[in-house]
Amino acid sequence: MTPAIEVKQVYKCFGRLQALGGVDLEIRVGEFFALLGPNGAGKTTLINIIAGLTRASRGSVRVMGHDVVMDYRDARRVLGVVPQELVYDPFFTVRETLEIQSGYYGLKNNGAWIDEIIHHLDLADKAHVNMRALSGGMKRRVLVAQALVHKPPVIVLDEPTAGVDVELRQGLWRFVKQLNREGHTIVLTTHYLEEAEALCSRVAMLKKGNIVALDSIRNLVNSVTGCRVRLRLSPDVLPSTLQPLLSSAEEGYYILALEGYFLLEHVMEALRAAGSQVLEMQILQPDLEEVFIKTMAGTEIAKSARIAETTALPT
Amino acid sequence: MTGFLTLLYKELLRFWKVGFQTVFAPMVSTLLYLMIFSHVLEDHVEAYPGVAYTVFLIPGLIMMAMLQNAFANSSSSLIQSKITGNLVFVLLAPLSYQEIFLAYVLASVVRGLAVGLGVYLVTLWFFDVPVTSFLWVFMFALMGSALLAALGIIAGIWAEKFDQLAAFQNFIILPLTFLSGVFYSIHSLPPFWQGLSHLNPFFYVIDGFRYGFFSASDISPYLSLGIVASCFLAVSWLTLQMLKMGYKIRH
Repeated sequence: MTPAIEVKQVYKCFGRLQALGGVDLEIRVGEFFALLGPNGAGKTTLINIIAGLTRASRGSVRVMGHDVVMDYRDARRVLGVVPQELVYDPFFTVRETLEIQSGYYGLKNNGAWIDEIIHHLDLADKAHVNMRALSGGMKRRVLVAQALVHKPPVIVLDEPTAGVDVELRQGLWRFVKQLNREGHTIVLTTHYLEEAEALCSRVAMLKKGNIVALDSIRNLVNSVTGCRVRLRLSPDVLPSTLQPLLSSAEEGYYILALEGYFLLEHVMEALRAAGSQVLEMQILQPDLEEVFIKTMAGTEIAKSARIAETTALPT
Repeated sequence: MTGFLTLLYKELLRFWKVGFQTVFAPMVSTLLYLMIFSHVLEDHVEAYPGVAYTVFLIPGLIMMAMLQNAFANSSSSLIQSKITGNLVFVLLAPLSYQEIFLAYVLASVVRGLAVGLGVYLVTLWFFDVPVTSFLWVFMFALMGSALLAALGIIAGIWAEKFDQLAAFQNFIILPLTFLSGVFYSIHSLPPFWQGLSHLNPFFYVIDGFRYGFFSASDISPYLSLGIVASCFLAVSWLTLQMLKMGYKIRH
């Protein structure tokens, strides 16, 4: 089956800066996919190349089998993009904006579908209001509506919830989930990892223009070995024997990173030896955020884990 | 085809929605030029024998207004879209670079012609302006506006800030229009400046346009039309190359 998006060996350089360094990625039809990475990792550059807003220095991208350069008309017809910036044309009303956008894609008599998106995105009472007069959240909704106006099978949302209130965020995700159920492929970038964890089936993590992790969320989370324990102690001092395991401390809580559950016994023994009493204890499940932080920290994490191994094993 | 027509419609709607500023205001300023210059110079200057200075001036002013507005339309539309970021909606759409070019040029030509026609109709109220050949008038109005519309696209794409666009307009477009023989026949100039004027493509636009009114011109209208058309083709080729490679808009 043709993948929804197929990225092959894509490089992008801006002058001497390499924004993408040979990205390979395949997103299947019907997936809910997240592209994660810190600012400057190349997420937006990759999306812009997929959308034809930027040209790759090397490599190729296909959307539903259509090359974004050679076969750009078909590639763009099957793709809807919600840009990250809050852009709008101040000359037009909401409805005019959507009708014009629809016309760009060669669609006439698209009124019924435009009405439906306006309804779904709660824009009905703003339909004849000029874009300038809308609040930021409303403008964001219009951007989403513009991306959907030609019923694209593949929808890309570049940080759609940045600076958006809770209500709109929930409404937006409900609508996007419904689109996904109806068979649309969804690709999103976000800084809210819990959002990605709740919505997406698969994620790719980008770091400095390269994909450093690409898997289902379950596999990524399972790949985190060991566990973390959160403790509150009396007296409020962590015994020196446990210091090498400390990953963070905050307001009387100590979070220890353990190589595995078997080390719990060692922790308890050290506490008993030091005469500390456990007031609270929580075993933290690994989540996407932990995977993200570990993946982005890269080689440093691997090194410190080895040190912990040599110093903290029970003797 | 629908995509191209929609972009054309959007570009027309854009200036029409602010028509007071884009069509009516330039008409008023052109008529002010006409009143002032005709008052000061009517009795002192005779450009063509038997043609009153005011009547001589009218075609020049009409053409100047058309050139400036055709340029202003495509250039300001593009730079506004670039700076506010909404050009992205055009760039995301399945439009070819030729369609984008044609839509911007045509909308600007329409604005140029609308301003020119408006000024002409108002002057008819006060002066008897003869037109000996509507075909020549129309051909030069069309080619002149189209040339400036294409130049406007180049300026709009090249400029990254409003002051860069203003520089393009004030240091290239404005001197070329003012020095093209709008206010005088170049035969009144010293030979050096006369020769220099022949290097200005806008001179041929105005000279040929005037031929349509008085059947008199400094240069054969066929030659002028040929030169203007060649300039348009050359500028269009350059504009199309810029759009094709995505210069400054698809980095």
